[in-house]
Amino acid sequence: MQVNEYKPLIVAFCCNWCSYAGADLAGNNRLAYPADVKIIRVPCSCRVNPTFILRAFQRGADGVIICGCHPGDCHYTSGNYYTRRRMAALFSMLDFLGIEKERTRLEWVSAAEGAKFAATMNDFVQTVASLGENKRLEDLRCKK
Amino acid sequence: MQKITREQLIAKASELLSNGTVSQVLGWGKGEFDYDVTPTLFSSAEELENGFVFNDFCGANFSKYLVSKAAKADGKLLVFLKPCDTYSFNQLLTEHRFDREKVYAVGIPCEGMADISKVKAISGDGIASINADGDNLVVTTLYEDAPITIATKDVLAERCINCKSKKHVAYDELMGEEGEVLASNRFDEVARLEAMTADERFAFWQNELSRCIRCNACRDACPACTCEKCVFDNPNSGVENKSPANEFEEKLFHIIRAYHVAGRCTDCGECSRVCPQNIPLHLLNRKFIKDINEFYGEYQAGEEVDSRAPLVNYTTEDLEPGEVFDRGDNNA
Ligand code: SF4
Ligand code: SF4
Ligand code: FES
Repeated sequence: MQVNEYKPLIVAFCCNWCSYAGADLAGNNRLAYPADVKIIRVPCSCRVNPTFILRAFQRGADGVIICGCHPGDCHYTSGNYYTRRRMAALFSMLDFLGIEKERTRLEWVSAAEGAKFAATMNDFVQTVASLGENKRLEDLRCKK
Repeated sequence: MQKITREQLIAKASELLSNGTVSQVLGWGKGEFDYDVTPTLFSSAEELENGFVFNDFCGANFSKYLVSKAAKADGKLLVFLKPCDTYSFNQLLTEHRFDREKVYAVGIPCEGMADISKVKAISGDGIASINADGDNLVVTTLYEDAPITIATKDVLAERCINCKSKKHVAYDELMGEEGEVLASNRFDEVARLEAMTADERFAFWQNELSRCIRCNACRDACPACTCEKCVFDNPNSGVENKSPANEFEEKLFHIIRAYHVAGRCTDCGECSRVCPQNIPLHLLNRKFIKDINEFYGEYQAGEEVDSRAPLVNYTTEDLEPGEVFDRGDNNA
């Protein structure tokens, strides 16, 4: 047994209509994903203001993932298309500042994809764990 | 040396005041020093004669002032705009930030503006006077007996070295000749940074941004930052002014500031111009502009009124954030 194994803190913004239900399905099917993933339910992936993501990092998250309905399937028709542009710009900027690009991710997960949800989270947690603690975006003033 | 003179501008402004076209003039006013030019409102020919200046330090972009000043003016407000300023002017119109009917815009040619910190690097501190003489600036200081002559082209502001356009995209009247959109090298520095490793980029930005004193001047001067309630004034936002606990915590402020103007920033360069710490803020803005051009097609904010900014637009075929850079097998 490993003692003091580093466990990253992951924040997952999940759209109510698809990915959040996908997470539910993963739970119902008893598919395991790490408990360190903190899910925040949002009405649509495009509700995620880029400031939310930075705020999560500021308060100690090691990785942030946004999950929404597949393109074309957004409950509000086009929300996730905006999300896609916003996150492309934001993630690219974070990379430009030298912040590890593996700490941010956008995935499309439908309500029927419980297995994909669990697999995505497992993979993301592993990726972030291999990077270690988030130092580059931390803010000691806000870290609890 | 500017092609247009102070006298020509005063004559134009006085004419428009006396024939009733405008009731006030937004222009460059005398500051404490020759290089410390201050945006000022003038209401008469006499005031213009006493306080109006036009020299190589008239970098201030007046577009943003229209938001507060045009609404208050009795009649029309005359505003002088350099080519780069006209892009901000259009962008503000697109965002319905001032009433076009209240403004009389006069486009003026620009030969590039000087950066006082570059002048000081050559002349030293204690500048007593600066006067243009042909292609040179003649600087007298408190510490040197003889005046120092500096070639204006050696002290041009960064944004002027990489000027994107000498063409005015908006005006009611144009003084001088119309210029052209230029093929500038303004993305070269961004590309140089992109070619570095993430560690090198982090070190670069840590070095630059750790100098930030959070004076908020970059936001205050930005013509794209006209929100009446700014996130940085919200004490619960986590990005309000507060003393840093380590040397790099203002990075979040910088990412948010640049993001808020992404797709709307015309690259007028005011943020870098006003920064007392000489932080190259324009590189953050240009990174967004370069990305947007590459991801979604060429777009110049402010080129046309009412164009739809790329981040409030989409196509069903847009690339995925993971495709922006090589993420290995992470992105299915
Ligand atoms: S920094 Fe953001 S919130 Fe503040 S004025 Fe600019 S755009 Fe608005
Ligand atoms: S103007 Fe410069 S020092 Fe002031 S807040 Fe902006 S980047 Fe920081
Ligand atoms: S409703 Fe799920 S992404 Fe918009």
